[in-house]
Amino acid sequence: MRRTPAFLTTAALLCLAAGPALADKIFVSNEKGNTVTVLDAATLEVIHTIEGLQRPRGITASPDGKHIYVCASDDNLVRVFDSGTYEELPSLPSGPDPELFVLHPSGNPLFIANEDDNIVTVVDVNTRQVLAEVPVGVEPEGMGVSPDGKIVVNTSETTNMAHLIDTTTFEIVANVLVDSRPRFAEYTPDGHLLFVTAEIGGTVSVIDTATNEVVKKLTFEVQGVLPEALQPVGLRVSADGAKAYVALGPANRVAVIDVASLEITDYLLVGQRVWQLGFSPDGKFLYTTNGNSNDISVIDTESDTVTVSVPVGEQPWGVVAVKTTQE
Amino acid sequence: MKGLTRVLCGLAVLCLSGPVVAEGTEYRVAVIRVDAPGPMPISRADLPPRDLGFAGADLGTADNSTTGAFVGQTFVTEDIVVSPETAEAELQRVLDSGVTYIVTLADAAMTVKLADLAGDRALVFNALATDDVLRGKDCRANLLHVAPSDAMLTDALAQYLALKRWDNVVMIEGSHAEDMALAASYRRSAEKFGLTIVEERVYVDTGGARRTDTGHVQVQKQMPVFTQELPDHDVIVAADHAGVFAAWLPYHTWDARPVAGSAGLVPESWSGVFEAWGATQFQTRFEKAAGRYARSEDLQAWMALRVIGEAAMRTKGGDFKTMHDFILSDAFDLAAFKGQKLTFRDWDGQLRQPILLVAGNVVASVSPQDEYLHQVSQLDTLGIDRPETECQK
Repeated sequence: MRRTPAFLTTAALLCLAAGPALADKIFVSNEKGNTVTVLDAATLEVIHTIEGLQRPRGITASPDGKHIYVCASDDNLVRVFDSGTYEELPSLPSGPDPELFVLHPSGNPLFIANEDDNIVTVVDVNTRQVLAEVPVGVEPEGMGVSPDGKIVVNTSETTNMAHLIDTTTFEIVANVLVDSRPRFAEYTPDGHLLFVTAEIGGTVSVIDTATNEVVKKLTFEVQGVLPEALQPVGLRVSADGAKAYVALGPANRVAVIDVASLEITDYLLVGQRVWQLGFSPDGKFLYTTNGNSNDISVIDTESDTVTVSVPVGEQPWGVVAVKTTQE
Repeated sequence: MKGLTRVLCGLAVLCLSGPVVAEGTEYRVAVIRVDAPGPMPISRADLPPRDLGFAGADLGTADNSTTGAFVGQTFVTEDIVVSPETAEAELQRVLDSGVTYIVTLADAAMTVKLADLAGDRALVFNALATDDVLRGKDCRANLLHVAPSDAMLTDALAQYLALKRWDNVVMIEGSHAEDMALAASYRRSAEKFGLTIVEERVYVDTGGARRTDTGHVQVQKQMPVFTQELPDHDVIVAADHAGVFAAWLPYHTWDARPVAGSAGLVPESWSGVFEAWGATQFQTRFEKAAGRYARSEDLQAWMALRVIGEAAMRTKGGDFKTMHDFILSDAFDLAAFKGQKLTFRDWDGQLRQPILLVAGNVVASVSPQDEYLHQVSQLDTLGIDRPETECQK
């Protein structure tokens, strides 16, 4: 009930500010619903639902925002959609059970974690050819890429390492031991730090990319929340590199990290089992997928307040927001 | 034989490469399964696969090896099937060959015997016996339990029954010693979570073949009579560790009541149908390698191997003493597809773990239930807690 007025206020404010923001769209993969929900970022209204995917999880967009890539885990494919027309484009080979991937900053190639086969598959998005299969640790999951595009990092959930892969030779150049069940990896925009979340370990390892050493392990504490429920999963760093946001899974919180001091400054209450995060194209909002409450929460990144939650499909997993040309 | 070959290969590589591998560390593990003669299970679906437990250990070894390859650690596991008569001699042989990590799949009495024989020469992981006595007065300093205890299993079910407000319980227990131990555990759990056992009945095992062409015909007449004239109750709990009668209870009781415990809603450490918390990944890898669904014994053996692998990684190739101290320290934790970190209880060497409540082809629930809190770890709402332990190791 509290939701409606907040929603209306936000929508109204956004409408006033409108202009080019109208063209922003939010794409949410719904793991159980087998759909991708498309929302108008300005009104936060669901404007389209893409159906017929089997267990969609990882989701990302091409740098120009025109193509949406979705890991359809049970299709064993990366499905590709036009962000303006929602038309399906030819799929990419992904290797078995793709869960997460990362696109090279140039828009090509795509690096895909294949959980079942202990490999990272590298796919050319234009020719749809597999360029390489890189053997990594057991249950590869999280994928990140350095801002200069030289290094792709993969986390392996049972090996508990971050594997740093050279994007030209496809060779592993370093392995960094982190805590149990690493789920996600993200660089700061200057490329100096690499954050790796560990879901079961309950920590975020901060790796100095000059030495590949863990310089700090962030731990979390929320009054009234069981320590074992504080499970870091998705993580995003703001474009200016000042703040990082960590989704804490069943703790239903997003932690805010001051990157300069590497201290946690705030915990924001969002929906249930918060999983992955995605910024709006202008960075003013952060969207969180809340798997157990079937909604996304919107965080105003200037004030770090949760402004509204919006229902999407069943068990939302990943989110990406893009600027798209108006139809 | 397969295991033996692998050990020899490992040695050959060591000999050939000489000092080159000195910077790497090799961890040698023996998985000893003691197969005692016993009656067949009621259902042919429950027949034990030949590689029970070993398939899990082999996957654990493969996972450790993949990880170890990045840091020069190798893992060699020998799978050994023995009889109760040959168990000790085989353990002696592997100890003499320098193996320092032993995984046992044996009953309680044999597990203690093997742990005592290993003494301070090896760390022993119990991957099968659920008996509370092994975590109580028969506990050992060198014996860790990756299999859950009876107390954890019965608490897991009792929490759920209490949550459902199925407070009035009829308990039917078998006549074997292990059935009576399990029944005692259910009594303790009932008291702990406020359930009332309104009546207990003992189903006496009179022996004989369990499977005949017309098995269900007799059962259909016997079970209703056996469960007749019970006081008002919400649920029947079967304590049938030996697997003699519980499977025949559902749909045959006099009153229309659900069955739980050794049949119906069953507390288990694992099930081949479980999919939460990344479990599907384990299941898929296991099935690809073993060609069948994983059972509790397989997950337990996998966990034993992963404890060793995890400790080797975290201690950067630590020696026996370093590994032993680390595994029992606060710094150790294991991820095993159960939604939270698993750690060892320092008072009895038991691995804390959530318990699945399996109902046929689905997992109906997982305990501990959210509603049961604990000052240290919610997982300690299951099983024997620190103040209650009888272990003095």
